[in-house]
Amino acid sequence: MVHWTAEEKQLITSLWGKVNVEECGAEALARLLIVYPWTQRFFSSFGNLSSPTAIIGNPKVRAHGRKVLTSFGEAVKNLDNIKATYAKLSELHCEKLHVDPENFRLLGDILIIVLASHFARDFTPACQFAWQKLVGVVAHALARKYH
Amino acid sequence: MLTADDKKLILQIWEKVLGHQEDFGAEALERMFATYPQTKTYFPHFDLQHGSAQVKGHGKKVAAALVEAANHIDDIAGALSKLSDLHAQKLRVDPVNFKLLGQCFLVVVAIHHPSVLTPEVHASLDKFLCAVGNVLTAKYR
Repeated sequence: MVHWTAEEKQLITSLWGKVNVEECGAEALARLLIVYPWTQRFFSSFGNLSSPTAIIGNPKVRAHGRKVLTSFGEAVKNLDNIKATYAKLSELHCEKLHVDPENFRLLGDILIIVLASHFARDFTPACQFAWQKLVGVVAHALARKYH
Repeated sequence: MLTADDKKLILQIWEKVLGHQEDFGAEALERMFATYPQTKTYFPHFDLQHGSAQVKGHGKKVAAALVEAANHIDDIAGALSKLSDLHAQKLRVDPVNFKLLGQCFLVVVAIHHPSVLTPEVHASLDKFLCAVGNVLTAKYR
């Protein structure tokens, strides 16, 4: 089980409370597809991903980004039980979606940049540490059921 | 591979960084030490507390190297050849750590210039930082 200090939990939950999940989710997924274009391989059904403008404006990208970040919220709500929280999603990503877990790490790094750009100086080094730890734990949990 | 568009965007963002590059370098290092404590193992001889003069000084060096790379963006390997030798022969920082510092540098730019770090600029800057990391580790073996 992951050990969280009281301070880490506080940094995570208080920042999360201020996150616009729809906006941040859409932005994070769009940035993933733009900064690491090979990740577009999973989204051939999403229509036009031919340019950064197309990706940012793509309604399927926005909707899926929101879905992904909403799911991330489950980790924030269940910091002491992230493994169990993502067990089914892990199976899904392995067996149905066939997503290389490295992509979870890439998305985690992108999310950190999005949070930094939104929260500026409030995204202190301690905050960055807690959140980088969290995205790592989520990535690990999502990879855990792979076989 | 850095395209012509990448180079344009990198030089654009570099204009914003110039004048603050030393502070940005120091902040990126501080964040790297805080976020990835294992990176501190390369600096046992440093005072790593907030505001450390040594970290400031080292941030200045790192920033200067990035500026040099940006100024010679068509030949980063040539511009950083001596640094590349240094990292291969003396410092031997594990290659994975350049990504970590790169991530922290992006965070610093995101914090100070969120509106300039559009997704396209983010992509180009990330590519640039990767290219610098690759050059610095190119002679490792």
